[in-house]
Parts: sequence; C-alpha cells; structure tokens
Amino acid sequence: MSSPQTAAQVIDQYFLEHRAKALDLAAFLDRIERASDGAPVAGSHDIRVRALLRAIDLLRDGKPERARRLLELWSDQTTEPIAKAPMKGAIGAAPLPGAAPLSGAASLP
Amino acid sequence: MYIDPHIHMVSRTTDDYQRMALAGCVAITEPAFWAGYDRSSAQGFVDYFGLLTDTEPRRAAQFGIKHHTWLCINPKESEDIGLAREVLAEIPAFLDRPNVLGIGEIGLNKNSRNELVVLDEHIALAKKHNLLILVHTPHLEDKLKGTRLIMDAIISQGVDPGRVLIDHVEEHTVRLVLDRGFWAGMTLYPDTKCTPQRAADIFEMHGTDRMWINSAADWGVSDPLAVPKCRDEMRRRGHLDAVIRKVSFDNPRAFLSQSGRFAIS
Repeated sequence: MSSPQTAAQVIDQYFLEHRAKALDLAAFLDRIERASDGAPVAGSHDIRVRALLRAIDLLRDGKPERARRLLELWSDQTTEPIAKAPMKGAIGAAPLPGAAPLSGAASLP
Repeated sequence: MYIDPHIHMVSRTTDDYQRMALAGCVAITEPAFWAGYDRSSAQGFVDYFGLLTDTEPRRAAQFGIKHHTWLCINPKESEDIGLAREVLAEIPAFLDRPNVLGIGEIGLNKNSRNELVVLDEHIALAKKHNLLILVHTPHLEDKLKGTRLIMDAIISQGVDPGRVLIDHVEEHTVRLVLDRGFWAGMTLYPDTKCTPQRAADIFEMHGTDRMWINSAADWGVSDPLAVPKCRDEMRRRGHLDAVIRKVSFDNPRAFLSQSGRFAIS
C-alpha cells in the first residue's frame, strides 16, 4: 500500500503544520538560551537538548526513513536487562557518552 | 463504525463514552494498567479487576458500546516481585468472567530483571489457560530494547505469536514485530507515541496486515477520539474505505475473535 498522494499534494496539505513545528523548535532552543541560567545550546550537556541537535543533523543527511532512524538515534541500544528500575518514567533520549546525569523524567501511563 | 481495542475508560468520563458512541465506536477493550500511583496490596488489584469485569461493561453498555478487558499486574508495579505474585494468584478467579479476553497489558517498563521475571510468569499463565496476550512496550528511549526482550521472552515459552498483539509500535519497532509473526498495534498519542499522521504513514510503508490502531486514552495526554481522527486522516489522503475499515474494525475483530469471547453486540 503506497501513498495515494503526489508530493505536491503532501506539501499542500501539511506544509503549514510543519512550518509551525519548525518554528516551535527554534523558539524552544531560543528559550533555553534566554533562561536565567541560559547558555548556548550548542554546548549543552543536557542529553535531551543534545539529542535534538543530533536529530537536526540527521534530518539533513539526505537518507530515507528519517523517522525510524531518529527513533533509533534516541533509543537505548544496550541489550541486557538492567539490575533494577531506577524510576517509572522516561526522558525521551538515550544517555550519550560524557553526558551529565538527568533527574527529570516524564511519568507516563 | 470502529473498534478502539486499547483504552482505559477507568480514567475517562462518561461524556467520553457518549462522544465515542457518536463517532461510531461499537466496541472497546480495556487492559489493566498502572493507575498513576502504586497500589499498596493485592486487594487493590482485586477491586480493580472487579471494576474491569463488572462496572465498566455496564457503563459502556449505556451507550451501546461492548466492553472487553485484559487482566494483569502491569510492568510499572512489577519491581516488587512479592506483590506481583500475590496479584498473579488472584487473576485465575476472574478468567471466567464473560468479558475477559486474555492477559494484558503485560510487558516491560524500564527493562529490569524483575520486570522480566514477572513478564515470564504472566506469559506462563496465559499459556496455561490458552489466553490471548496484549503487550505493552516501554516508553520512548526504552522501547526498542524492551520490544526485543519481550518478543524473545514470548517466543522462548513457545507461545504462538499470532495470538499476541505487541502494542505501541512505532517506526523503529513495527517491522521487528511483524517479521516475527506477531500482531502490531499503533497507539495514537499527541506527543509520546504515534500521531494519526504517522500511523497513516506507517500503513503506507508497512501495509495493513496484522495491524490495528488504538487511542490508549487514559489519565495522561491522550485523546479518546484518536481512532476516528486517524480514519479521517486516511480518508483525506485518499485511502479506500475498505482499507480504513480493515485497520479500525476488521483487523481488531479478527485478532480479538481468537479469544472465543469477543462480540460486537
């Protein structure tokens, strides 16, 4: 089953929605830098911010299946069960080498 | 006409039942899940199972919606193996209730060893009673690893994957699940799972066999009308009515009917 739409139809239908999402992302990064203790996001040690910046690179690499590869980029790639669950929630990005520990996690059903 | 095969009506209002009925919902299934707080005893689960097998079916029936359920202790409360085993011991007493379809939603949350132990014992219970299984896969960064561990655990016990639905799949897990013979569910959440648009994309990329969509509406950010919204998304793209019906009615009916208990009216 393939897409029944042409590329132009896809763009016509969804461009404004995704323009808004791109603007939201830009404003979010600006907001972090404007915060009372803000600093350039390019040097952030927060793994969530670093995950978003790596995602932007991935979106521009010209390769297909961006959504799948993005989710894999943000996934824990280990294979063995952990000794004990440290919390119930999740943060949305796998820890990166050298990243600072993170305490905030979304509590999800 | 549609089925929402995964929704937590215990967390929803009666107005939601009314709106779902108006949108064409004819049947739902409600897996046992984490209430947002840890229950302090097995008796708390016994009360919950009573709600799932008695209270909710009557509440749904007021709006012409058929209610079915799945029983378990969810993985978020599985770190305490002692409590989990007490709850597991209570489940068989409810398995003869007419709206019980199987064991669910079981699975993993943080992919811990204790969670895996409790998952294994749930799988064994389902196998012993020849029940369908509904699987919860972990959130966000834990999903890919957890999905693999869960499928390995199920296969290792010799359970037929055609009687297991792995829920909450996304772009990085859907192919893994389908290739191993399981059914796959896509949960339509505004932020943390699939949007209706991405679910439609996944159908276009991976087909519609052994797949369903659900709202999993609960106490978190979620939408009890997500299934009709996805149907509308597919319609706007030009997909045929038969395809839309397949993913939102025919497929869930086919999987759930394996229980021998699923009925629309």
